[in-house]
Amino acid sequence: MLVLNLSKPYQPNSAPNVTTRMLRALGLNTIEELYNDIPDDAKLNRPLNIPEGKTEGEVERLIEETLRQDLAPEPHQCFLGGGIWTHYVPALVDEVISRSEFYTAYTPYQAEASQGMLQALYEYQSLICDLTGMEIANSSMYDWASAAGEAGRMAVRITRRRKIVALRNCGPQRLDTLKTYCDAAGVDVVVVDYEHKKGCIDYSTLKEKVDDETAAIYFENPNYFGVFEEQAEEICKLAHLKGALAIVGLDPTSLSVVKPPAEYGADIVVGEGQPLGLYPNYGGPLIGIFAARGGQKVFRQMPGRIIGETLSKNGERRCYTMVMQTREQHIRREEATSNICTNEALCAVAASVYLAMLGSSGLMELGRRIMESSHYAAKKLGEIKNVESPRFTPFFKDFVVRFLQADPEKIYRNLPKYGLVGSQPLGKDFPELSDSALFSATEVHLKKDIDFLIHSVSKEVEDK
Amino acid sequence: MKYRQARWDEPLLIELSGEGRCGLTLPFDPELSREVGDVLETIPKNLRRADIRLPQVAQPQITRHYIRLSQMNYSVDSGTYPLGSCTMKHNPKIIQRILANTKVRKIHPEQPDEYTQGLMKILFELGTMLAEIVGLPKFSLQPAAGAQGEFTGVLMIRAWLKDRGQLNTRNEILIPDTAHGTNPASAAMAGFKVIEIPSTEDGLVDVEAIKAVAGRSTAGMMMTVPNTLGLFEKHIKEVINIIHEVGGLMYYDGANLNALIGRVRPGDIGFDIAHLNLHKTFGTPHGGGGPGAGPVFSTEELGEYLPKPTLEFDGQRYRWCYDRPKSVGRVRSYFGNISVLLGAYIYCLLMGRDGLKDASALATLAANYLMSKLDRRYFDLHYFLNIRCKHEFVASAKVSALEVAKLMLDYGVHPPTIYFPITVPEAMMIEPTESESVEELDNYAEVLNKAAEVASKDPKAAAEAPHNTATPRVDEVRASHPRTLKVRW
Repeated sequence: MLVLNLSKPYQPNSAPNVTTRMLRALGLNTIEELYNDIPDDAKLNRPLNIPEGKTEGEVERLIEETLRQDLAPEPHQCFLGGGIWTHYVPALVDEVISRSEFYTAYTPYQAEASQGMLQALYEYQSLICDLTGMEIANSSMYDWASAAGEAGRMAVRITRRRKIVALRNCGPQRLDTLKTYCDAAGVDVVVVDYEHKKGCIDYSTLKEKVDDETAAIYFENPNYFGVFEEQAEEICKLAHLKGALAIVGLDPTSLSVVKPPAEYGADIVVGEGQPLGLYPNYGGPLIGIFAARGGQKVFRQMPGRIIGETLSKNGERRCYTMVMQTREQHIRREEATSNICTNEALCAVAASVYLAMLGSSGLMELGRRIMESSHYAAKKLGEIKNVESPRFTPFFKDFVVRFLQADPEKIYRNLPKYGLVGSQPLGKDFPELSDSALFSATEVHLKKDIDFLIHSVSKEVEDK
Repeated sequence: MKYRQARWDEPLLIELSGEGRCGLTLPFDPELSREVGDVLETIPKNLRRADIRLPQVAQPQITRHYIRLSQMNYSVDSGTYPLGSCTMKHNPKIIQRILANTKVRKIHPEQPDEYTQGLMKILFELGTMLAEIVGLPKFSLQPAAGAQGEFTGVLMIRAWLKDRGQLNTRNEILIPDTAHGTNPASAAMAGFKVIEIPSTEDGLVDVEAIKAVAGRSTAGMMMTVPNTLGLFEKHIKEVINIIHEVGGLMYYDGANLNALIGRVRPGDIGFDIAHLNLHKTFGTPHGGGGPGAGPVFSTEELGEYLPKPTLEFDGQRYRWCYDRPKSVGRVRSYFGNISVLLGAYIYCLLMGRDGLKDASALATLAANYLMSKLDRRYFDLHYFLNIRCKHEFVASAKVSALEVAKLMLDYGVHPPTIYFPITVPEAMMIEPTESESVEELDNYAEVLNKAAEVASKDPKAAAEAPHNTATPRVDEVRASHPRTLKVRW
């Protein structure tokens, strides 16, 4: 008696004799009887409007064909940044996160059987603490933007104030997300304009907006334009003077050359871990870095999963487990610090492998290589007629280029003709920069790659 | 008891560190370097980094480190992993191969739309297929996980109320006491007051209790169907009517959709907003705790509140639409967890309409079959006396659920979710999925029964379990105690 339409390779009990045997054991004749409790008027009485199943080979081919026309530049052909960057992804990173013992596990609820993932995530937290100088890091958030949102809410819980002051030269998508997270809690986000001539924070304007109602200042260093915020320390001091927290957002590769934010006064650090071993992947998955300092009172306000080191009950073995779960939704429900549970654990493992491979000297070298590429690209773009580059200094990886004659939008649209992507127009989010575009270069861009970019941009600038 | 998990005395990365070692070389272009001079000098002096303390380890040792850690990690590719409400099904390996080889990896999200039409077509078709499954036409693929999908959905309720000038008066969200903790947490994050609705003795939401509290302050209700006990809420249409009649919206938590595909569509029975967990129901792996994906669906009317940008198709071109004045905004950067979305698309294509429906039926069959094998001396299953469970069920252990779970670890299987739902004493929430063979189900039942027997007859042995895992019983109290808390090296 055939009770199912197909015997599928992923469903061992779809073999008709097995299905029948199992139904018989339950005293049933058909699968439908398992659904007798569902009222008829709740049931769908037609097949789903979805294609028939395909074989693995057919699906593989179909995906390949659907994507055939899409442009997928090699890393050295991509000069876009702003929150996702192209870096070299070491083969070992791919290898480790392809271990199905890691990628097909669930959240490590049973610590004894999940020591591998727990130790890997504990190491991730430790590496993030080493990089940022913070006391505690969680085992990841969804991405930088949502981490910024959660950081804003954490500052509100700690200070019991209801205003976040954020800088306009932060990533527009990050600011949008921060607003979404804060609006929901009835918290105002006041966005303060930057110094238009320099691209950096205008301290005196900022100072006017920070008051006794301010829970935190959110700024990025380097900021969205790639510019180092020279007054980072003063800004953190300003926050503290008013009883507010300083939240710093960052690209972790910048910490190869910039001192740990804890040293200039940051209370919470958020950032995007994607450059640490993840592909751009059209924007996801990413890694939300989230770290803080200020002792256990602050720790208890952290969102997200945190792994701790402990001992086995018999005292014989060092081991790891999820800690401080009384902050979390499965225990605290509506009183939880956040609703987050599933995060980006596997990506956090990738970041750890990447950082372990680089080590201290490798990371320092990475910073230098990134800056050499970006500075060479910025300088050479500036040598093109009617192009001002870099528009803002000092900068790290991303930089702003101003086109005095050409339309940045046109250059952005036309670069793919050369197999390149780059020159992201800034006018949509920053009307005052409608003549400018954001570029980015990293260690994957060699001189010849950048020279080809210059050649391509020159042609576009000249060809009106 | 033949099972042995690997037990390496694996040092931390920092303990493997030796001065001067590294695991990767970086490109160096001397000509380029000469052209720009000492770039580090351009960094403001007060921001320069003095030193970095990271582990210094060579590649062979890093490789062994992670391989050893992986060997100390149980996974669904290792064996039965029937965590309730987690849907630990097999992840078809073709998904991983396509994801590993795809050019999508290299695509930057700010690349012009005209050069990513193929990928956008895939995403649009995925959204359309999932919308057909849920029975709600509008979608956003942006949320990174189920909980973020919930947050998005509750924000949409909030935006809808604000639009109608009712945000100040309607500030309550009703949530059954059997709901996942994320539901009340998400509602609270969006500023709502949570009203907990008790369950009746038969494990279903108490309709009378809903009637008693539903009214002018009701913003909406969040429901998981089947609920976390594994029971279909047979009064669901009545519940939805009550909420709609008082002017609230209904939110469907898709965590348990694996029971219902092709048989019940949440949109058809009146739900207004829903999220799905692609890393549960749609065959993509859990990654040891993520990445997941939690796309959100809504009625036509509520579509304008979905996060921005939405993916639109005009019959010729796909585009990301940012012009959405009523949108709740962004809940994250870019468009979603693309590799998870692509994986779910592959899964849907492989399974097809009949395969998806059959998978749900076989998951339900597996749960009922497994339940029938449990020893009633040790497990109370009174919710299911006169009714079939759906894709999962909750057994109330007559001994300590914790001890049963720890004993089970020694048999090479993963225990169920324990102590949830909180309404059931010594709860063991079991969801075997369609991936477990009948032989594995028989074995799992045997292990559950045996573990319960040991827990009841030999409490001392139970307290000492497990023995065969990478570590013996972990001291959880010490781990979280303020004096011994250690969260970094």
